[in-house]
Amino acid sequence: MINLYLFLTFFKIGLFTFGGGYAMIPMIQQDILSHGWLTQQQLIDFIAISESTPGPFAVNIATFVGMSQSGVAGAVCATLGVVLPSFLIILIVAKWFGRIQENIYVKAVFYGLRPAVVALVASAALSIFTAITLGGLSPHALLYFWTLPHISWRAILIGVIVFAVSRWRKKLHPIWLICISGALGFVFHAALPMIP
Amino acid sequence: MKKNHPLLRLFAAFFKIGLFTFGGGYAMIPLIHREAVETHQWISDEEMLDVLAISEATPGPVSINSATFIGYRVAGFWGAASATLGVALPSFLIIAVLSLFIMQYQRFTWLTWVFDGIRAGVVVLILNAVIKLGKQVPRTNFVAIVILIDFLAASFFNVSVILLLVLSGAAGVVRQLVIARRNPEAAGGDGK
Repeated sequence: MINLYLFLTFFKIGLFTFGGGYAMIPMIQQDILSHGWLTQQQLIDFIAISESTPGPFAVNIATFVGMSQSGVAGAVCATLGVVLPSFLIILIVAKWFGRIQENIYVKAVFYGLRPAVVALVASAALSIFTAITLGGLSPHALLYFWTLPHISWRAILIGVIVFAVSRWRKKLHPIWLICISGALGFVFHAALPMIP
Repeated sequence: MKKNHPLLRLFAAFFKIGLFTFGGGYAMIPLIHREAVETHQWISDEEMLDVLAISEATPGPVSINSATFIGYRVAGFWGAASATLGVALPSFLIIAVLSLFIMQYQRFTWLTWVFDGIRAGVVVLILNAVIKLGKQVPRTNFVAIVILIDFLAASFFNVSVILLLVLSGAAGVVRQLVIARRNPEAAGGDGK
């Protein structure tokens, strides 16, 4: 039963992921975290792991969640679920609609969909930002900013440094940014433990 | 099955693509180009652009989409199945093995320090993805309003992500209909 549920959940996520891997994160936060299949912190750690291992994020996260919930069978069901929507849709497109991207209504849908993806991924970034800097709180906490608890200045500092590096060296592969942030995490804890 | 059977070659080429592209997504495009256009000449340069455009216009990861599309062009349904299986299998196997001990790092204090830093780095990776995606959308009032509403609704009102995607796509169609009605001659133009 859990396997069917994994399949259906990842099928739904696969069907609504437009615009590449990170576009999945908002849906994963809504569907996977709420099931308790993953915590926000595990999701963040896994994004880093996925950037450092080969293959598409979609397959990586489906395999990981499936494996953790129900072993190899779960991993197979979740991965099949996330891959199947694009597989079927591309088969249909390849067979019947050679140039779907030139259809005026497809263009119109995407005119609305593209900014939506930008907004949703930005919202996911904000929720991950508040989770790590405000001790696991959601963005709602920002609405009551005068009551904010301990702010992790260390995370903010590391984020600012890594962001500066990524803007300075735009071609740098994400793996290097992960290595740098990991090294900074170690240095800040070991050498500057007074920064909260 | 013969060694140079097309299904086997599709599987092998896409297995290689899946194995050697770290980070997924657009990082895979150069390798797909090398294998599918240069080495095997399964598709032309122009068709490669079509593949990318279709991948953008359909859900799912670029790598899966292009594997399915190229596989279908070369050898029909089973070609699509072999190429897709090939591109997904390396990450499936690697993550399946890694997942057995992936979250055990908490046993080592120094590794928790490292992951503490990595989490801050992940926010930057996602922020950079937002900047990249943001550069691809046109600068119009419609786009700005969709971004603002969707961002607030998702961040502070817990509205379903799928609902927001469906409503935003519908808003794009409504906008197109309004333009077509106002200006029947220029229907299809990129008005504001």
